[in-house]
Amino acid sequence: MAIEIEQPTVGLSKVAVSETHGEDSPYFAGWKAYDEDPYDESENPSGVIQMGLAENQVSFDLLEEYLEKHSEASTWGKGAPGFREHALFQDYHGLKSFRQAIASFMEQIRGGRAKFDPDRVVLTAGATAANELLTFILADPGDALLVPTPYYPGFDRDLRWRTGVKIVPIHCDSSNNFQVTPQALEAAYKDAEVMNIKVRGVLITNPSNPLGATIQRSVLEEILDFVTRKNIHLVSDEIYSGSAFSSSEFVSIAEILEARGYKDSERVHIVYSLSKDLGLPGFRVGTIYSYNDKVVTTARRMSSFTLISSQTQHLLASMLSDQEFTKNYIKINRERLRKRYEMIIEGLRNAGIECLKGNAGLFCWMNLSPLLKTQTREGELTLWKSIIRDLKLNISPGSSCHCSEPGWFRVCFANMRSKR
Amino acid sequence: MVFKLNNQLLSKIATGNGHGEDSPYFDGWKAYDEDPYHPTKNPKGVIQMGLAENQLCFDLIQEWLKNNPKASICTPEGAEEFRDIAIFQDYHGLPEFRNAVAKFMAKGRGNRVTFDPDRIVMSGGATGAHEMVAFCLADPGDAFLVPTPYYPGFDRDLRWRTGVQLIPVECESSNQFKVTRKALEDAYDTAQLDNIRVKGLLITNPSNPLGTILDRETLKSIVSFVNEKNIHLVCDEIYAATVFSQPDFVSISEIIEEEVECNLDLIHIVYSLSKDMGFPGFRVGIIYSYNDAVVSCARKMSSFGLVSSQTQHLIASMLSDDEFVEKFIMQNKKRLATRYSSFTNGLAQVGIKCLKTSNAGLFVWMDLRRLLKEQTIEGEIALWRVIINNVKLNVSPGSSFRCTEPGWFRVCFANMDDQTMEVALSRIKTFILKNKEAKMSVKKLCWQGSLKLSFSSRIYDEIISPHSPIPHSPLVRART
Repeated sequence: MAIEIEQPTVGLSKVAVSETHGEDSPYFAGWKAYDEDPYDESENPSGVIQMGLAENQVSFDLLEEYLEKHSEASTWGKGAPGFREHALFQDYHGLKSFRQAIASFMEQIRGGRAKFDPDRVVLTAGATAANELLTFILADPGDALLVPTPYYPGFDRDLRWRTGVKIVPIHCDSSNNFQVTPQALEAAYKDAEVMNIKVRGVLITNPSNPLGATIQRSVLEEILDFVTRKNIHLVSDEIYSGSAFSSSEFVSIAEILEARGYKDSERVHIVYSLSKDLGLPGFRVGTIYSYNDKVVTTARRMSSFTLISSQTQHLLASMLSDQEFTKNYIKINRERLRKRYEMIIEGLRNAGIECLKGNAGLFCWMNLSPLLKTQTREGELTLWKSIIRDLKLNISPGSSCHCSEPGWFRVCFANMRSKR
Repeated sequence: MVFKLNNQLLSKIATGNGHGEDSPYFDGWKAYDEDPYHPTKNPKGVIQMGLAENQLCFDLIQEWLKNNPKASICTPEGAEEFRDIAIFQDYHGLPEFRNAVAKFMAKGRGNRVTFDPDRIVMSGGATGAHEMVAFCLADPGDAFLVPTPYYPGFDRDLRWRTGVQLIPVECESSNQFKVTRKALEDAYDTAQLDNIRVKGLLITNPSNPLGTILDRETLKSIVSFVNEKNIHLVCDEIYAATVFSQPDFVSISEIIEEEVECNLDLIHIVYSLSKDMGFPGFRVGIIYSYNDAVVSCARKMSSFGLVSSQTQHLIASMLSDDEFVEKFIMQNKKRLATRYSSFTNGLAQVGIKCLKTSNAGLFVWMDLRRLLKEQTIEGEIALWRVIINNVKLNVSPGSSFRCTEPGWFRVCFANMDDQTMEVALSRIKTFILKNKEAKMSVKKLCWQGSLKLSFSSRIYDEIISPHSPIPHSPLVRART
């Protein structure tokens, strides 16, 4: 005889039912439009073109060429003897050769202007995991991180969802090219104080997503002074560091610290990943580089939840320790990105559209405020919907990046092959 | 002015010890790390028997890899797929990966059930899966019931960052550590009394560390228990394909599909390729839920721990090769069975017994209660230190698995070759026989004179001849 089970639906956690995963944001609605009607040169020429995805596809040929020449190094070798060791290797320290390769790659990107110690490299499955993990370590539920606007929409999920930590925005605007100012930092800190929220750190993205611009040295110094005064942490997400069009224009927080003799550097942590610079988001390669021993140890332990496949570590250790290859790759990648950027800027300019002066990243920050019916968020979303519907372009509205000024849009240019 | 950055500037989660590494479980590992056994370079080193790894079938995998170069995107044959795989970061996972895993899970259960690829969610190993499931099902302060003894990692995986608690469901050797209805009810009632909300029950089947499977009756009883209490059931089936002898493994998926009326929204399976295939380095964790909302939520959360697309691609290739998979599963069982019986026979020769109902897993649950000087955790740890320092074997003490009875040890046997196993066995035999000798000579001395002997290591008191039916009390010994 069947048991009648009469009960309310068994509950899931608050985290599970909350919407902090962020997928209901308009950022993703455009993606859905693309998913339902994706552009294809031959099969669907009138489909939606994906320009909302910050992927780097401009330099794959270089990677493929490397693999062709070095298939011995990157596979398990004849008879697959290395396979067993790697299949078993689950040490959360990660393959030493891989950490060394990442450290040296990061040094090369910064033109040798900063040194990285492989023993401070902690591996995570993507920058998504790295940012969440750091948040778990630096802040308690209910505390806040200050983040300059506009910022990458994924932060709403990565920094807040499971951690219970809040984001308090540092408002930036076009009057000074959206740069962070000491006043804005203080104002954000006060905003938090007024709400009785404890600020644990500042998180910056340098080069910036969505602005596509590097943060100037003087601004970095000001931010570092600010966090030092307030005795809080600084997380610098440098995921686009290898995508700055010219090496000399990117200044890493690591360089500032080195110039200061690493005094008081335990409050600084860098996030990096190979998803943008190398165009390998599928491989889930993220890293946390911290100048704080306790953070390194704890992050390493926590990385158990999100380790990088040893198969992938093995492949990339080979590739990234080939310094001739990496030097060449970095240089060519920068040039190609710059060319794409200039092409798109010119095209837009001819159409009467201005962009923020950018020098990095896989996108440009476009100003469509002259086209808005009303200078409001609603006006921006209305324009955005018509761009998707009529122009069949998925671009990202500034409001999804928490931009305080309506009318700005992020347009990605590196995730496609041909001219469109 | 210098502002000092101290530990208070990290979170409570960071500064607490929820990472679990202060447990004695890890002391043995440290001993091993500092002095690891090697047949030629360090033959006197510590043999690692605390690591539940499956190293018995790599030759089969290596052969398959040689014959299937397309499975790797780094070979000339497979490189044309490099670009597409490298940019694939969709948290649904490669369809061919999910299909292959679903098929493998079915085969590992004798094809008695099928799995829907769309319910498969990826995670960073089973470690990531357990934490993710806890985040989905429970709020901070809520609890999961877990039968003891259980895998020490659960303390970290389910509790550390989630704030969830674990409440033990106590099992005893008197009935082979079966999970009884009474034990479940007792644990549940304890929680109620302490005002703790129970959100679910976590079982590991086959069990780590016991190496036993849950029988049909127990599983049915568990299913009706969770339905009555309206709590979730999480089944960790990570050792499913390591069942090497009768009785057959019964998966929760079989129970709910054939026998009992059950609210499917309560049922979730955690799986991984780390044990059945021996791929812990590849971080292939799987959550399989019968609850749509959980699938959806877990999928979003999986962004924090996706499986590398390179690995998904390799696994998809490998596990869709039906012939290979069938051969692998069969060989795996065979080799585990052989290893298990060699090892337990060797132990039996010196009177060491293991849990007799074990027929799965990568380890034995060894009964060393007779060797304890006191039947307490301290007694167990004392014996354990002797085993590590003198016998030079890293084994895992039952207390680290929260076993309520002192004297049990988990000893892994599948992470080494035959020779190393022989070395380990001979060390154990030597140790046991030496103790017996010491006992015999003590006895002689006692009979010969009225010497008052004080033993620096009174564990020898407890060693009795394998054939003696009468256990002597320590008190009697000391006075002789």
